[in-house]
Amino acid sequence: MPKHKRERKKRIGQRIATGFALLIYLFIYAPIAVMIVFSFNDQETNYFWNGFTLRWYEKLFYDSSIVEYLWVSLIIAVSATILSVIIGTLGAVGLVRFEFKLKKLVNQSLYIPIVIPEIVLGISLLILFDFIKLPLGFIAIILAHVTFCVPFVIIIMRGRLAGLDLSVEEASMDLGANRMTTFFRITLPMLLPGIISGAFMSFTLSIDDVIISNFVAGPYSTTLPVKILSLVKTGLSPEVNALATIMILVMLFGILANSIVQAVLRKRASTVIKSYF
Amino acid sequence: MMGDAIVTLLDVDKFFGANHVIKKLNLTVQQGEFLTLLGPSGCGKTTILRMIAGFEDASAGSIEVQGERVEDKEAFERDVNTVFQSYALFPHMTVFDNIAYGLTVKRVPKQEIKERVKEMLALVQLEGFEGRRPDMMSGGQKQRVAIARALINNPKVLLLDEPLGALDLKLRKQMQLELKRLQKKLNITFIYVTHDQEEAMTMSDRIAVINNGILEQIDTPKEIYKHPKTRFVADFIGESNILEGQVLDCQDGLCRIQLETGMVLLQSPNRKPADPVMICVRPEVMKYERSPVDGFSLPGTIKDIIFVGAQYRTLIVLENGMEIKVNRVKPEKDLKEGDSVYLYWEPEDALGIGDLKQGGSVNEQQ
Repeated sequence: MPKHKRERKKRIGQRIATGFALLIYLFIYAPIAVMIVFSFNDQETNYFWNGFTLRWYEKLFYDSSIVEYLWVSLIIAVSATILSVIIGTLGAVGLVRFEFKLKKLVNQSLYIPIVIPEIVLGISLLILFDFIKLPLGFIAIILAHVTFCVPFVIIIMRGRLAGLDLSVEEASMDLGANRMTTFFRITLPMLLPGIISGAFMSFTLSIDDVIISNFVAGPYSTTLPVKILSLVKTGLSPEVNALATIMILVMLFGILANSIVQAVLRKRASTVIKSYF
Repeated sequence: MMGDAIVTLLDVDKFFGANHVIKKLNLTVQQGEFLTLLGPSGCGKTTILRMIAGFEDASAGSIEVQGERVEDKEAFERDVNTVFQSYALFPHMTVFDNIAYGLTVKRVPKQEIKERVKEMLALVQLEGFEGRRPDMMSGGQKQRVAIARALINNPKVLLLDEPLGALDLKLRKQMQLELKRLQKKLNITFIYVTHDQEEAMTMSDRIAVINNGILEQIDTPKEIYKHPKTRFVADFIGESNILEGQVLDCQDGLCRIQLETGMVLLQSPNRKPADPVMICVRPEVMKYERSPVDGFSLPGTIKDIIFVGAQYRTLIVLENGMEIKVNRVKPEKDLKEGDSVYLYWEPEDALGIGDLKQGGSVNEQQ
């Protein structure tokens, strides 16, 4: 009988664990689910269900200003991503491949922009830009976003580079490839998964940033999240729900795209790389 | 098989910061030979290989490949290729692309690349593996790909950096013979780095024993085993019992040597009375009896008799506490631990190692 008892106990334990996990997921996703449901609600307020409608989406679609804000967000996110990936990758190469004084300090200080409260970073950037007389707006937002994206790219690329066997590059040169060829045929393809991860990370961080953008935005450079925040200030509306739902879809698409790209890179790297040349 | 010098290192020094890792090294590698750089880890053997390949610069001295100085040439400009310890296969490429790489970067026509890769795959017995990725292969297979990749450029010299280190014993033995076969077939000069003396013995035409950045001895495996020039070589190559003493007198090449534990005989030319001398006696030529024998014998006590597979090893402790190893195919009857015995050897079986000074400085390193 003790064996039977033990198995029963184990079963109960497993059930509790499963239930607990379900609760956690409910806790995380319930608010999002409610928001998505209400974005289809034929009712101005978010209190009760009044039938299905697409009119909030329709309204968004005809509101040209929303599209403009979206464009601003996208241009900023893409610019910040490109800059962050370039700076971050080079920085990581420097941090992994070269020895210099205070290397440890530089490595540790990478985490400061990540852990520092966003509001502090926002204020300090505002003071800095004001001090160097950089006009607030597009450029300022891009630079601000690069500031907090670069550490993430460096951390991702640092791990990738540390796992990179140096002798692989030596083997390439040994076989007659010069430094340029070695970089494009060996180093870059091997770093590509890291670069793509870093790019998706930067893009995601940039496109949903509110606090820092709010500080350094100028006229005609309001990003979508900043706009949403200002819309919400006047009360929750189903329009905002619809807009947020669209943003979630975009994010989901991004995550999916990243996993697909990574999987393709792993499986068919050789052919992917060949198409670059 | 041997011919002219193909690689020559002249007075080569290498410093890593304040570390003097290669000390005034002079080394000549002959065309078509299988030369092994043998030494303990950290002795500088891999650094020598990397300087020939072009991954490290010599701090001083010159390196010539085929009579041409290569110090100012980049790794990709040198006619040598390397098989790396970690294989260093390109993980994002198939076996075909890995092997073809050397030709691809030289923009060789595709048809020719195809044919050459096919040849190489046949050479290392990996036909049918073209489409595989390195992470889907075993260690031995990866090793073959690495060898094929390095050979496709028809290098004049192939450098191998402990290429079999990661393989299990059986596979390693098999690959040793295969590498030797390849080298003979292609008639390419192999410079092979290993810390495994048995591996060096099996494969090499000549062995260069490196210790602490110094070339201790370079010779055929047989010569190195039979006539070690330094204490380090005697100790590192094969097993040995090394006894230190002083020459009493010599007559017709037979010397009487005074050890701490008694007088022994050694066949050795050019020794003068009062010279310090080190005698190396291999465990397989060491003999012992229950009672003293004619000529000389050293009293000792059996400490241990160990069965090690192919033979029995007897450990005998001399009066001064030194342990002597003796190997026997069969154990002596009625002898057991604690029994008193008398050690001796045939004077021609013992080896006199060069002078004490050199051995002494080496000794500090151990």
